[in-house]
Amino acid sequence: MRATTPPGQPELIDPGGDVLRCEHISKNYGAVTALTDVNLHLKRGEVLGLLGDNGAGKSTLLKILCGFQPPSSGRILLEDREVAFKSVDHARSLGIDAVYQDLALVNQLTVFQNMFLNREKIRWPLVRNGAMRKEAREHLDEMGVQIPSVNAPVATLSGGQRQAVAVARSVFSNPKILLLDEPLAAMGVKEGAIILDLITRLKSEGNVSIIMIAHNYAQVIEVCDRINMIQGGQITLDKQASETSAEELTELVVAEYRQALEERQRAERSA
Amino acid sequence: MSETAERTIGETGAPQQGPTGVGGAMIRGLRLLGRQREATVFVIAVALFLYFVIDKGSDFTSKSNQVLLWSNFTTPIIIIALGEVFLLICGEIDLSVGFVVGFAPFLMHFLTDFYGFPGLLAIFFALLFGLFVGLVNGFFTVTIGVPSFITTLGTGFILLGLINTTSHDQPAQVPADVLGIGKWIANYAWAPIIWAILLTAVMHVVLTRTRWGLHTVSAGGNLLGAREAGINVGRIKYGNFMICALFGAFVGLQQMYYTSNISPTLGSYQWMFYAVTAAVIGGTAMLGGVGTIIGAFFGAVVLGILLDGFPLIGVSADPLFIIFGAAILVAMVANVQLTKLRERGQR
Repeated sequence: MRATTPPGQPELIDPGGDVLRCEHISKNYGAVTALTDVNLHLKRGEVLGLLGDNGAGKSTLLKILCGFQPPSSGRILLEDREVAFKSVDHARSLGIDAVYQDLALVNQLTVFQNMFLNREKIRWPLVRNGAMRKEAREHLDEMGVQIPSVNAPVATLSGGQRQAVAVARSVFSNPKILLLDEPLAAMGVKEGAIILDLITRLKSEGNVSIIMIAHNYAQVIEVCDRINMIQGGQITLDKQASETSAEELTELVVAEYRQALEERQRAERSA
Repeated sequence: MSETAERTIGETGAPQQGPTGVGGAMIRGLRLLGRQREATVFVIAVALFLYFVIDKGSDFTSKSNQVLLWSNFTTPIIIIALGEVFLLICGEIDLSVGFVVGFAPFLMHFLTDFYGFPGLLAIFFALLFGLFVGLVNGFFTVTIGVPSFITTLGTGFILLGLINTTSHDQPAQVPADVLGIGKWIANYAWAPIIWAILLTAVMHVVLTRTRWGLHTVSAGGNLLGAREAGINVGRIKYGNFMICALFGAFVGLQQMYYTSNISPTLGSYQWMFYAVTAAVIGGTAMLGGVGTIIGAFFGAVVLGILLDGFPLIGVSADPLFIIFGAAILVAMVANVQLTKLRERGQR
């Protein structure tokens, strides 16, 4: 059941110069439809905010883009070439890296071990801890991420530090595209600031394009270039961040909710 | 030294205050105990050893008893524990390994005596059989999705049945063809414990300094995260099942040589229980992600000393299990408390 049927897909803003383009992406889990005919594009060096209520399909879209699961239909173009991701590894090798909501860090391992997880430096058969420590420290300093020590087990870090390490880890491999799944979730103001600073810094360097899922509209408008809204598995809004406001975004979500409520009441009345 | 995850825990705190004198040394020692899981069980092993040295003197320290202690009692527990630690860390367990211990010698015996295999080849196939059992355990657990507790319960019973059926419940002689190599595996007095120490060293390095080890910790510590990082978690688990069962087959051959007998009663749950006990006493968690090879080694030494020493002081084997059970509980409570302390110290 689609709660809302928007008046056609919104017009794409300047489809030229895209580093990533999704065309007519749909995803079904058995009888459940998570995404319907989603078109999305990402320009080089852009930070795109992906908004939407819980269950709208944001995370599903992100999981498709990072190669964790294939779409049911539709195609993905990476720098104008059609790609079909076989795995997370494959997507990563093509330059797409994701930082997940359910943090992919291993608490029992240290910061530097996590930074190099599954891309360890090795002098066969051993891992090169010294080299990895040094590089991890340099990289974190470069990005302005402050942690007590790269030797600290991740379990001992705060939520913000963990998220920062996870983002820094992704940037480590020089991705073309970085996917951030709710990087600000469950974070205090100060901790969220660590991540916002990090994203702003990445944006200013301009080497990476970012798609970011978030709930806090004000923060998203502050840090993103452009905003897409997903509702009921479809993109219902595509605007430059400067041309929209938290009020407009909130209104869109509330309207969806209200319409769903009315539909249900109508259904109950006719039953 | 401080290369590994579990060893780095102390490095993040405030700089060492460095108290001086005897009291200071004790405080530092206690801190070390708090930080390193292995240290606790090491101290217990040394204390137990000294207790029996003081109490029983030459009865305990004689060469024959020391060989019994290290090569007979401790070695098999160590070697099987090495495999179980890897499995426990990646979130699985192998209950069937004790029956691989029992069946491997029979397989070797059948191949040499009934099918005319050369001794070395038969030994090779007996070890290969261990890998095969690991593969089967991995298949049901990883590919089919049966919890490893159930999988290995099943394969364990199957192996027990295989032992009893194929041997007709009768023991067999060690084939003359394979006797020569036995010296190097088990019959030289210190050969078993040397094997155990070498394997411990290798597995410690594998766990702490190789991708395999780090990915094993990742699989148990954060399964989803490990997958999302692109780690082939299934391969890691398959591999660890195979390592564990391979070690079981090796212990089986060692036991065959050591006892100069191929017995249908060799296969039992006891091997697995001792090994898991050693791992747990040594600080390995059942929930995955946490464990050390060195800890399991000293955990096995503690069990070996108790198994060897108690009969010496006139305690029969019967109440020994009471001690073992209590040791497991005490070790677990201590681990939980120490972990809490450590975490508090970090925040």
